[in-house]
Amino acid sequence: MSKENVLRVSDVTMQFGGVVAVNNFSMEVNKGEIIGLIGPNGAGKTTAFNCITGVYAPTNGRIDFMGETIVENHPSGKMKNLYKGENAGKYTKAIAPTPDKITKKGIARTFQNIRLFSSLSVFENVLIAKHLHAKQNIFTATFRLNRREEQRMREESMALLKEQGLDKFKDDVAGSLPYGLQRRLEIARALATDPKLLLLDEPAAGMNPQESDELMEFIRQIRDEYDLSIFLIEHHMQLVMGVCEHIYVLDYGIKIAEGNPEEIQNNPKVIEAYLGVDE
Amino acid sequence: MDFFRDNLPYILAGISVGGQYALIAIGYTMVYGILRLINFAHGDMFMIAGLMGVYAVTWMPLYLAIPFVIIFTVVLGFLIERAAYRPLRNAPRMSVMISAIGVSYLLQNLALYVTGGLTKTYPTIPWISNTVTVFGATTKVVTIVTPILTIALVVLLMILIHKTKIGMAMRAVSRDFETSRLMGIQIDSVISMTFIIGSFLAAVGSILYFSNYTGVMPTAGAMPGLKAFVAAVFGGIGSIPGAVIGAFIIGICENIIKGMGLTTFSDAFTFAFLIIILIVRPSGLFGEKNIDKV
Amino acid sequence: MTKQKKWLLSCIAIAAFLGVVFLLEQTIPKSSNWSMLFTVLEKGSIYALVAVSMNLVNGFTGLFSLGQAGFMLIGAYTYAIFTIPPDQRASVYQYFDGGIITFMLPAIPSIILAGIVAGFFAFLIGLPVLRLKSDYLAIASLGFAEILRAIFQWDKLGPITNGSNLLRKFTTYHTSLYPIIAAGICIAIIVLVINSSYGRAFKAIREDEIAAEAMGINLFKHKEMSFVISSFFAGIGGALLAMFQTTIQASVFRAALTYEFLLIVVIGGMGSVTGSIIASYLFIACREWWLRFLDSEQYIGDFKVPLLRAGFRNVVFSVVIMIIVLFFSRGIMGTNEFSWQGLGGLIRKIPTIPARLSRKFKKEAQVNE
Repeated sequence: MSKENVLRVSDVTMQFGGVVAVNNFSMEVNKGEIIGLIGPNGAGKTTAFNCITGVYAPTNGRIDFMGETIVENHPSGKMKNLYKGENAGKYTKAIAPTPDKITKKGIARTFQNIRLFSSLSVFENVLIAKHLHAKQNIFTATFRLNRREEQRMREESMALLKEQGLDKFKDDVAGSLPYGLQRRLEIARALATDPKLLLLDEPAAGMNPQESDELMEFIRQIRDEYDLSIFLIEHHMQLVMGVCEHIYVLDYGIKIAEGNPEEIQNNPKVIEAYLGVDE
Repeated sequence: MDFFRDNLPYILAGISVGGQYALIAIGYTMVYGILRLINFAHGDMFMIAGLMGVYAVTWMPLYLAIPFVIIFTVVLGFLIERAAYRPLRNAPRMSVMISAIGVSYLLQNLALYVTGGLTKTYPTIPWISNTVTVFGATTKVVTIVTPILTIALVVLLMILIHKTKIGMAMRAVSRDFETSRLMGIQIDSVISMTFIIGSFLAAVGSILYFSNYTGVMPTAGAMPGLKAFVAAVFGGIGSIPGAVIGAFIIGICENIIKGMGLTTFSDAFTFAFLIIILIVRPSGLFGEKNIDKV
Repeated sequence: MTKQKKWLLSCIAIAAFLGVVFLLEQTIPKSSNWSMLFTVLEKGSIYALVAVSMNLVNGFTGLFSLGQAGFMLIGAYTYAIFTIPPDQRASVYQYFDGGIITFMLPAIPSIILAGIVAGFFAFLIGLPVLRLKSDYLAIASLGFAEILRAIFQWDKLGPITNGSNLLRKFTTYHTSLYPIIAAGICIAIIVLVINSSYGRAFKAIREDEIAAEAMGINLFKHKEMSFVISSFFAGIGGALLAMFQTTIQASVFRAALTYEFLLIVVIGGMGSVTGSIIASYLFIACREWWLRFLDSEQYIGDFKVPLLRAGFRNVVFSVVIMIIVLFFSRGIMGTNEFSWQGLGGLIRKIPTIPARLSRKFKKEAQVNE
């Protein structure tokens, strides 16, 4: 194993009340990889994403990023008795950062239903994402003592928009862009936070086959250009099979398979999960 | 037990005020449940009902004046919804809230204009203004009548909401405005009905409240209104039993605080109590928890 | 128009405005009807400052906060307490043996102190309150404002706050330019905040909290920042209001005062600074000046106009407000700001306004059918 590990999810369980949304899920992403997560609707894919990005604190389990433990939790309080998952005693710490802290460490994401700052301009959308790494405070920013920093943020944002082919829309209101460009802007905005790992939640949703082919190419391209690792959720099988090197399959919150695209395509459990079993 | 005996007059007063707050709070909580609107004008409706009571007895005998006040308030509530809230049905939520503040402003200024800013004495209503002695504490009959009447009205309201067709429509609309509209529910008539019920209860509340406190002035609605709203939030806004229980708790606590000689702080205490509850249980005592979907 | 040209134009306009105010102040006698103009300019500026500070939280950060009156109260009291001359304290604090403070500070440091104290209280109040969502935040912030009012009226604090009695004889200003310039500087600073990187972060929170957080914006920290800055300036607004009124009393700072500012912010347009400013002046001018004639009996020839007597002004005023709220629900400016081009465009458009209005009404009539 010479590959450098980026993300390691260990035994993550997310339980809401009595419902186990993700059960004992483990996975990893190595540097430069494009990893896919698939599964039928309601399988817990987005919940897994939300655990990694800090939207939810998992009920149990640990998440390491670049060799550092960023999230760890164990059942406590009321959950102690309710907990239905495994590995209950394995983890002891309770580390539950808010999403912004995780973004600061270098994990960026997009959303299933696009969440742009829709009444702000395209340029501002990207510029806002530059805020987190800027060396400034409210005083220097207000009295414009951070001119060089502000200049840098603007230049970098502009450069990013140009690279993504969005520069001609820079002054348009983000919400007025066509759907495909909104998706692209959301990715550009995520890239603006200088991530090492990019999580894409159904990037091809609502795209036609030709657009999703382009998207496949685009994903590979940003991986190389921005030196990223990418972890994506997708329903669009052609895209997942075409672009991912390794795929995890969730069903009812449980990981039922993993492997390269070919293995997944031929895995009877996966076929069963998607198509059901003949009685 | 000593605490109970020493504080009996305050507890009785508290139960009575609590009942009056409850009648106002229901109006807030129902409107909020359906329109997600803090109806800032509701407290002023209550004040207008009180003022109307003052004028009505000079125009007609008492047995006509009371129904007149109630009908007047209901019609006013209905008209306000028609004129000030319905045109903004598709506007941002904040606009409707501002419209409510505008109506509140208008009602207060109208009352100021009509009364000339003087405090009007509320008429004495026979029987409920008589004094009685309960467990050795002397009080007005209205103190005893209020909680009983309140609970009776709430029971009736619960039957209306859970057993009748319009009640079912109300529950559906408060669950999901858009879907109920698509299901063919006449949204506008449901909303009108909500305002009618709210105004009716506020009118009854005003008769009880002002019989106890006697003075009506243009700003008389502001504090009881705010307290009733706090009670609604306290109980979990949108929940009728929550609002009633919240109102009784607030009424009683407030009067005990007064009994302890901290009158300046009785209002402040209400809010402090609310803030603590909100921090511990952000959706109130009986409110439903909302989880943001990502 | 180039950037420098616009700057120049703005500077000239401001200087000209201040110059005109100065000249008018020298020439208009205090007894004339026109002296109301100064009331409008002074109070309007102070209201504009508070309205813009409220807009920062409500319009730009998207938090529904109703605590403005409370922070103004803190500012007004802080200012008044520290600027009553020591030899006057015995008469002001007559029920509290002259109070416990025996020194006074100059006006400007006191104004800044007023802001700092208000900001500090906002920081403390924000710790629990800003974790609440929308309407719950509104009612909790309103509640805190009411609590503050009760505390300031408390007898036990009388030696500092004079209990529920008036505070008076503190330092005031002598020219209308004072509040105009002070409010102007403060509004300029708020505009700088809004256009800074932090201002953009505030707007991101308004647009979508979850996305803002995913972009690395610490929600709580930024909300707290916006809340404290807003309260700092509300405190300064309170201090200026104290100077304008020359006496203050806690009972003025009721929830109703906060509602006034909310009305102004919405009438001006949520998220528009210039909207808030214009709405403030119009609000004050309309209420205090233009409608004043409605409060006294008027005759047209021998005909006595009915209804006119004390209080009618406010009834008409609230009707005007309702009409604006119902028919211009996006506010005067929407989320736009004043610009020289915009003004130029507006002037060119004036001849076409009747035609456009009739078209608009026709369209609305059709929609209503």
